[in-house]
Amino acid sequence: MGTTLPILILALPFFMFLLLGIGGVKMSKKVAGILGILGMGTTMTLAYIVAFTYFFSGDPAFILDGVRQQLSVFDVTWLAFTEKLVVKIGFLLDPISAMMLVVITTISFMVHLYSWGYMEGERGFQRYYAYLSLFSFSMLGLVVATNIFQMYIFWELVGVSSFLLIGFFYRLPSAVSASKKAFIVTRFADLGFLLGILTLTYFTDTFNFIDMTSNPMKVLAETGGATFMGASVLTWAMVLIFTGGMGKSAMLPLHIWLPDAMEGPTPVSALIHAATMVVAGVYLVARMFPVYCVVEASMTFITVVGAITAFYAAVVACTQIDIKRVLAFSTISQIAFMMVSLGVARDGMPIHGEHYTGLGYMAGMFHLFTHAMFKALLFLGAGALIHAVHSNDYTKMGGLRKYMPITHWTFLIGCLAIAGIPPFSGFFSKDEMLAAMFNNNWIWGAWMTMVAGLTAFYMFRLYYLIFWWEENPEYEHHKPHDAPWQMSVPLIFLAAVSCVAGFIPFGELVTWNGVSYHIHLEAPVACTSIIVALLAIALATKMYIKKNPLPEKFRNAVPGLWTAAHHRFYWDEIYLFITHKIIFGLICKPIAWFDRHVIDATMDGFAKVSQKVSFAIRGMQSGNVQAYVLWYFFGAVALALITWICLL
Amino acid sequence: MDLNILWYLVPSVIMFCAGVYGFVTRKNMIAMLISLELMLNSADLNFVVFNRFLFPGQMEGMVFSLFAIAIAAAETAIAIAIIINIYRAIGSTDIVETNKMKH
Amino acid sequence: MVGNIILYFVVAIVMIVFSIMAVTSKKILRAATYLLFVLLGAAIFYFQLGYEFLGAIQIAVYAGGIMVLFVFAILLTHRPNADAAPLDSHRKFAGIAASVIGCGLLLWALFTMPMLSTAEGSRCLCDALASGPDISMKMIGEAFTGTDKYQYLLPFEAVSVLLLACVIGGVTVARKR
Repeated sequence: MGTTLPILILALPFFMFLLLGIGGVKMSKKVAGILGILGMGTTMTLAYIVAFTYFFSGDPAFILDGVRQQLSVFDVTWLAFTEKLVVKIGFLLDPISAMMLVVITTISFMVHLYSWGYMEGERGFQRYYAYLSLFSFSMLGLVVATNIFQMYIFWELVGVSSFLLIGFFYRLPSAVSASKKAFIVTRFADLGFLLGILTLTYFTDTFNFIDMTSNPMKVLAETGGATFMGASVLTWAMVLIFTGGMGKSAMLPLHIWLPDAMEGPTPVSALIHAATMVVAGVYLVARMFPVYCVVEASMTFITVVGAITAFYAAVVACTQIDIKRVLAFSTISQIAFMMVSLGVARDGMPIHGEHYTGLGYMAGMFHLFTHAMFKALLFLGAGALIHAVHSNDYTKMGGLRKYMPITHWTFLIGCLAIAGIPPFSGFFSKDEMLAAMFNNNWIWGAWMTMVAGLTAFYMFRLYYLIFWWEENPEYEHHKPHDAPWQMSVPLIFLAAVSCVAGFIPFGELVTWNGVSYHIHLEAPVACTSIIVALLAIALATKMYIKKNPLPEKFRNAVPGLWTAAHHRFYWDEIYLFITHKIIFGLICKPIAWFDRHVIDATMDGFAKVSQKVSFAIRGMQSGNVQAYVLWYFFGAVALALITWICLL
Repeated sequence: MDLNILWYLVPSVIMFCAGVYGFVTRKNMIAMLISLELMLNSADLNFVVFNRFLFPGQMEGMVFSLFAIAIAAAETAIAIAIIINIYRAIGSTDIVETNKMKH
Repeated sequence: MVGNIILYFVVAIVMIVFSIMAVTSKKILRAATYLLFVLLGAAIFYFQLGYEFLGAIQIAVYAGGIMVLFVFAILLTHRPNADAAPLDSHRKFAGIAASVIGCGLLLWALFTMPMLSTAEGSRCLCDALASGPDISMKMIGEAFTGTDKYQYLLPFEAVSVLLLACVIGGVTVARKR
């Protein structure tokens, strides 16, 4: 494979961004939409060709002795600061980047198509497509990054495009504040990422991923001696890098931006805040996986953060009213699932008859893939519902299955997939993840099985509240109906993918070291998770299939817990307290006072003194000859007196 | 008692100081010019007096006074031309009024 | 001898009084007239000191030329019998202070200057007149037309150009537009 296709994959979305961003105003909405969709469709085709060539051509450049190779298709010097400090831009092709190419371009294309119907008639339709192209470009650049600095650059670019798309409806104050919040929180996390990059590369003298991951022991040796506050420098570096991932992937406690990001258009939520950008953190950990493996502490940190986040988000998702927020918390929970899966993985080789410690890596990537598909499906379904009902609130829905059959069936498939019911895709990936967790420690397995049960419960709660429960009387005036074909086609396509994706032999394609692994279901784990999921679904069915007082009773039984969960355990309030009361009130205000009354006052004092002096001097420069003469004469007299005194 | 250098210098000093007073206090530009002539004259007188009493064999002081008178004539002519022009422009020869360009 | 002293006293008193009156007079035309007397007094001093040519020039140029200019200018720019505007009190005070202090300082310097005790400094007028040649017109003419030491052709020409420039400038400035 030459370099043409990879360059085109990056260049085409960027070109579309420029074209639509600059020329979009002159185009009609239809032309802009078709151009955007065609551009993305072409990119998707190219990405498919590249990915399929990589996985299935059997070319020794890609697979050598059964090991899939990491390959820099091109890697050009972009900025050469010093001899050592060289920033390159390149295209790294390996199992996970090839997989991500497929995921990103597929979801992006579906969202492009879907948006044509969803965003019809919106102001700034062309701008919207330009932003989508910018995002696709940035995300593709991120996944194919050959070095950690390129990844950081594109990492920030996806942050920017996320900011732009969340704030797309910039006339809504809530959208503006949500975009600001997302940007600031992720930016804050990226500070950690940057510090981590600098710490790590200070010792390794390279930004290149392949150099670092192919020999993690060398990285360990290079940083070995140095410690800081009781932990080795490498631990700090890896944890700091993971902080960037925590911000982007909305891990506790940096998750607060993601629910608010739902203020953006729903297709954007599907693309960025469910399928692609938010898994960047997972991708980052997977990219640096061999280095993480040599630092046990950082892996434990990832696992613990993931486990807590997964449970927290699942509990909160059970109490939300806004359907997009439910999905947002579900996303947080599922990403945390992947994090735990990566966290329990180790750099072991598949040996027959023993636990394969690298399983978690494969399972996390597998779940990333299937989750992207079914979560995008769920979001696009939610978009169709919102399109029909004109509200994000499930209390305005209910009984919609008769009115919107396509949405209903596809949404149900999505729910089944995420709940982990075979044969839908979520079951397979989740089963692998749970197996990996049980392999590592039964506590993680049990804990995450419980989270999986909660997932099934809240998803079916949502499903029943939307499609069953009780019909909203307002349907009399405004009959909801299925979405136009541009929206239905992506739904059906993604539902189909969610049905069959589980049968992809993922272990043959994506493993941490490229060595194929044959997936086999572990019966005890699979049975347990199916039973838990079915029980949860049964409970949800009992509570929500028809309007009944059970949920009310349940809520009244544990009022404190319910209110706390409904308010997301007051994380936003804690942040507000810390930022407004402590940082602004106790630190910023005295600084501001000092700035205004000491520093500014000093400067004002200088200004005032010089003003006064200059006014006085200006008075002397009156242009009045007589005054000049007087002064001159007195000056002469004074000089004479001085001379006299000196002579005496 | 005979006339020596001091006798001539004392009226010159008084003339000069009268000129300073007039130049500083008068508002009329022609009156200022008159004060200026007083000061010039006292300087001329000084040149001549010093020439006569200290260097009687030479005549530099006198020559200097001659040039000073010639230049004073030129200066007065130009100054009066300017004053008349100002008078035409603003209808006054008052020095206080001539700051109109300032504002 | 005595006549010289009497003439001196008359002229000195006239000059002192009229110079003070010239700067304090309310009527500008009178001030110009007083100035004329001061200038004439100076001319008499020049004669007394033996500089007849200079005295003649003083009378011709100053009393004849410049005073006529002054009078013309005053008549052109003033209503007859108009009093000058009253003086600012603080400016008047400043002027008095300047002139009195300056006068005192200069007089003190005069009376204490060391040259008074030298032979040249203390010589009287008749000695001074006797110790130098009479300044004849021939000497002055030679001084202005030569280029040797103590000869002033170049400044003379410069002054002539200056006067020409002054004539042109005066015409240009005062011309009616």
